[in-house]
Amino acid sequence: MITEPTSKYLSNTVQSIQPSGIRRFFDLASSMENVISLGVGEPDFVTPWNVIEASYHSLEQGYTAYTANAGLFELRKEISRYMKRRFGVTYSAEEEIVVTVGASQAIDLALRAVLNPGEEVIVVEPSFVSYAPTVTLAGGVPVPVNTYSEDDFKLQPEQIEAAITNKTKVIMLCSPNNPTGTVLSKGDLERIAEVVEKHDLLVISDEIYAELTYDEPYTSFPAVKNLRDRTILISGFSKAFAMTGWRLGFACGPKAILQAMLKIHQYTMMCAPTMAQHAALEALVNGQKDVVKMKESYRQRRSLVIHALEEMGLSCHVPGGAFYVFPSIKKTGLSSEEFAEQLLMKEQVAVVLGSVFGESGEGHVRCSYATSVQKLEEAMRRIDRFLQTL
Amino acid sequence: MNSTERELLQLIEKNGRLETTTIAKLMGISEEETKQILEKLEKEKVILGYSAIIDWTKGTEEGAVTAMIDVKVTPKRGVGFDKVAERIYRFPEVKAVYLMSGVYDLSVSIEGKTMAEVGRFVSEKLSTIDSVISTTTHFILKKYKHDGLVFSDNDEDKRIVVSP
Repeated sequence: MITEPTSKYLSNTVQSIQPSGIRRFFDLASSMENVISLGVGEPDFVTPWNVIEASYHSLEQGYTAYTANAGLFELRKEISRYMKRRFGVTYSAEEEIVVTVGASQAIDLALRAVLNPGEEVIVVEPSFVSYAPTVTLAGGVPVPVNTYSEDDFKLQPEQIEAAITNKTKVIMLCSPNNPTGTVLSKGDLERIAEVVEKHDLLVISDEIYAELTYDEPYTSFPAVKNLRDRTILISGFSKAFAMTGWRLGFACGPKAILQAMLKIHQYTMMCAPTMAQHAALEALVNGQKDVVKMKESYRQRRSLVIHALEEMGLSCHVPGGAFYVFPSIKKTGLSSEEFAEQLLMKEQVAVVLGSVFGESGEGHVRCSYATSVQKLEEAMRRIDRFLQTL
Repeated sequence: MNSTERELLQLIEKNGRLETTTIAKLMGISEEETKQILEKLEKEKVILGYSAIIDWTKGTEEGAVTAMIDVKVTPKRGVGFDKVAERIYRFPEVKAVYLMSGVYDLSVSIEGKTMAEVGRFVSEKLSTIDSVISTTTHFILKKYKHDGLVFSDNDEDKRIVVSP
């Protein structure tokens, strides 16, 4: 009989990882009533009906078995066409694309496929909360590189140079970025590309928000000269097609790396859910109109929120993509945790504290504008009222 | 029509109650410009009115019965269907009139408090118009979706309060 605390069985790696800061805040916000949530990192749209129908159809046809490990060949062919059509990058459906259980699994596979114990990964912060822990779980060492609001949270090439050691292997990029909404332009990427080439680095480029950019045409990292074969591109269906709960993503990249990722995928996950893959196929073939409509709606709401933040005197760069604003709350004198907690307690508005996205997120909060205009207006009124009390 | 006008129309088509200030902020234009566009579109009769879509079955019997009536008519020389359609759409009970292809000519939508009231309208006012040859009345038993809006309470946000 086991009498000792069972935690003694936990691996050192898992014990070294802190639970997400979002979790604690979620528990607090969930316990309250009349909360307007700007804390949700997903679309407020329901998946377009034709996509849902495609999954019903898949089940009705009896597609209840495994697919190929790399995903339905039809879907991979469509992903290949989509990448060429939308971003001008060519990948072989046979060998260079793997369909995964969400973009998160694709990131995990990529890191596990390339990292040896102790090798370093540059993580550009503020960043999606999973990056650094996923690096650690893969045996690597995350090396945070901070970006700041003064630079519109854009990574400067010299910052990469300064962070590089003889153990650096990978740099993780996310554009448009969660939580800042920052989009790296073609010029930004070309400057980063020079350093990447010079130091022979591999790039994991998380482009899950690529469809949600508002001001200028999007440049995919592997589309930059000479970068295709040193980039693992991560994307998926969650954000653009409002399919977060379907857990369907994909990775594209050079054959050797993708085949290594497939090896891990086939032993750990087998394949992504079949009906979700059929739904994703429909999304790629017939979903672009819905993407455009949803994007238009996000663009309008971005304008509303930016305007409101300006009026209440909270400084915020205009995010070029995704559906987040990341205003500075430094002038209030509160830490981001204090700000978020007091705002929740006093005005029942849930935002995410910037510090959960890394050290340079401190002094900011993340507000998602993927919610209705009425709720956004009410939330902005409440935030304004809260600021008056400070 | 330019893209700004189209964007504004799409916004108020979804929600006619949007304040001018909100429309301006959503579109990133000035309030003055928003007002000017609205006035122009109203003047040009692109915007015909601002109405609410109401589920009358909730809490009131007002306008709770809706019928769609297929009407066969004899077109009048020189004015085709337009004159008879006009005679029909002038009745306040009539909510919509469409000229249709197929086995009948006009589709007329009527709202009333009771089925008897709608029945009276059909027998006393509609059928008695000279050009009307026949009518077939279909009562709407339940509205599921109207003008793009779903008549359902099941619209709560199913997302968790805070997520990555």
